[in-house]
Amino acid sequence: MINQTITDKDGVKRYLITLNVNGDARTVLVKGNAILANVLRDELNLTGTKKGCELGDCGSCTVLLEGKPVDSCMVLAIEADGLEITTIEGVAVNSKLDAIQEAMINFAAVQCGYCTPGMVLSAKALLTRNPHPTEPEVREAISGNLCRCTGYVHIVEAVLAASEGRLSPGEHEYLREEGVSI
Amino acid sequence: MYMPDFEYHAPKTLADACVLLDELGERAIVLGGGSDILHKLKNGHLTPEHVVSLKHMTHLTEIRHEEGRGIVIGALVTPHGVYTSKILQERYLSLPMASHEMGNPQVRNRGTVGGNICNASPLADLPPLLIALNASVKVVQYAGERIVPLEDFICGPGKTLIKRDEILTEVIIPDQPATGSTYIKFGLRKAGALAVVGVAVAVTVKDNVLADVRIVMGAVAPVPMRAKDAEALLRGQTITDVLLEQAADSAAAECKPITDLRGSAEYRRELIRVLTRRALRKAIDEGHV
Ligand SMILES: Cc1cc2nc3c(=O)[nH]c(=O)nc-3n(C[C@H](O)[C@H](O)[C@H](O)COP(=O)(O)OP(=O)(O)OC[C@H]3O[C@@H](n4cnc5c(N)ncnc54)[C@H](O)[C@@H]3O)c2cc1C
Ligand code: FES
Ligand code: FES
Repeated sequence: MINQTITDKDGVKRYLITLNVNGDARTVLVKGNAILANVLRDELNLTGTKKGCELGDCGSCTVLLEGKPVDSCMVLAIEADGLEITTIEGVAVNSKLDAIQEAMINFAAVQCGYCTPGMVLSAKALLTRNPHPTEPEVREAISGNLCRCTGYVHIVEAVLAASEGRLSPGEHEYLREEGVSI
Repeated sequence: MYMPDFEYHAPKTLADACVLLDELGERAIVLGGGSDILHKLKNGHLTPEHVVSLKHMTHLTEIRHEEGRGIVIGALVTPHGVYTSKILQERYLSLPMASHEMGNPQVRNRGTVGGNICNASPLADLPPLLIALNASVKVVQYAGERIVPLEDFICGPGKTLIKRDEILTEVIIPDQPATGSTYIKFGLRKAGALAVVGVAVAVTVKDNVLADVRIVMGAVAPVPMRAKDAEALLRGQTITDVLLEQAADSAAAECKPITDLRGSAEYRRELIRVLTRRALRKAIDEGHV
């Protein structure tokens, strides 16, 4: 609940809000028009959340709001007051990477890496709600996350592998890619 | 991206929100999920002094059936909520399916049914099907409330009959004789693509005769448009492939598409012909459960 507001000399109001980010209650003073992605990055220094289009198209700013993926460039920070937010910084626990992150590395599902935080969060939300998804379900879950580098194949394989507890590709998978018949 | 300054309000109750909107009048806008509004704030099309958020109105996030009224969908139900609604899956599977075609998962978690309607984009996915299902909307203001058929409510691109001090609270789908309905969207990609064209159909089939039919075309007119000539041609007739093709030709002749970056007018007209035929066939064959 917004418990305090401050009005500056130009008459612009600022609101004291609490964002529950990665398990910590973070209190910030924001203007009504502050965008969640900017507050996370600029006020809370959580720069793992990326910004691409700022229009809800690319998904690089994806965070989990109450466990569901949303584009943080399309949410007013003040709308998230009192809500639970997970950013990419909150996915690893005690410096131990999540299975999805391990698999993304091992499957070479990261190239420039710009889409990766959003991709991981969309995948995380999927596996939390559906631990054993099919390939179409994985593709659907990451359909709001654009990747301009990988062509998605390795990302999809990594998420499926993580869901099966198989965190690196078997040798035959590399051979298959190189066109060696097995 | 630049955003104008505004004062933010999150009233606790609908009554408080109505009082606030009554006071603020033209200076305020209502905020649903913000997926359309944030676009307009960022590109400068909207410069409100006050933004009134509906986020505390959690009773508007429900979908239920009310005896004598039909299915009542709260204005704040998200497309994801429509998709996962048991009651809609059981009665009108077409609606969960249509909502699943909207945007991408992030947008479906954040947008709202009320916003999709009030934004009144000619390409919006839910209004055509809701109009085919004869839906009405309930709008509430300080001085009272009214119920308006959705078909009349949306009256131009970005224009509805809602007044600045009104809040859309419910979408009501009356219990009806329709035996089947469907919405077919044609987008340029599977995800994150707005409709080039969309066609919604609701049919009432009795003994292979089309007792009633409603066809609503999206993205080919300033508002979701009924294909009234096609409907007249079909009503009371025995279903044959030839008949459905004639109706599809008629719908294509009636629509008023424009050329824009998503497709030419000619292409859209052809899409209407093909999708109308397919939608009629699907609604007839698959039916409501
Ligand atoms: C990337 C992206 C993809 C999209 N793809 C699609 C798509 O495929 N199909 C589609 O149909 N739409 C699409 N949209 C548009 C948008 O997500 C939907 O129209 C959504 O349902 C809007 O709901 P909202 O609550 O976010 O609206 P808001 O932005 O909150 O509001 C939109 C308008 O409605 C008014 N309003 C909202 N709720 C109420 C209420 N209860 N009472 C009175 N006025 C109200 C607001 O004042 C505003 O004028 C997309 C948007 C984005 C960003
Ligand atoms: S930056 Fe938010 S969706 Fe692209
Ligand atoms: S790795 Fe570069 S955008 Fe996905």
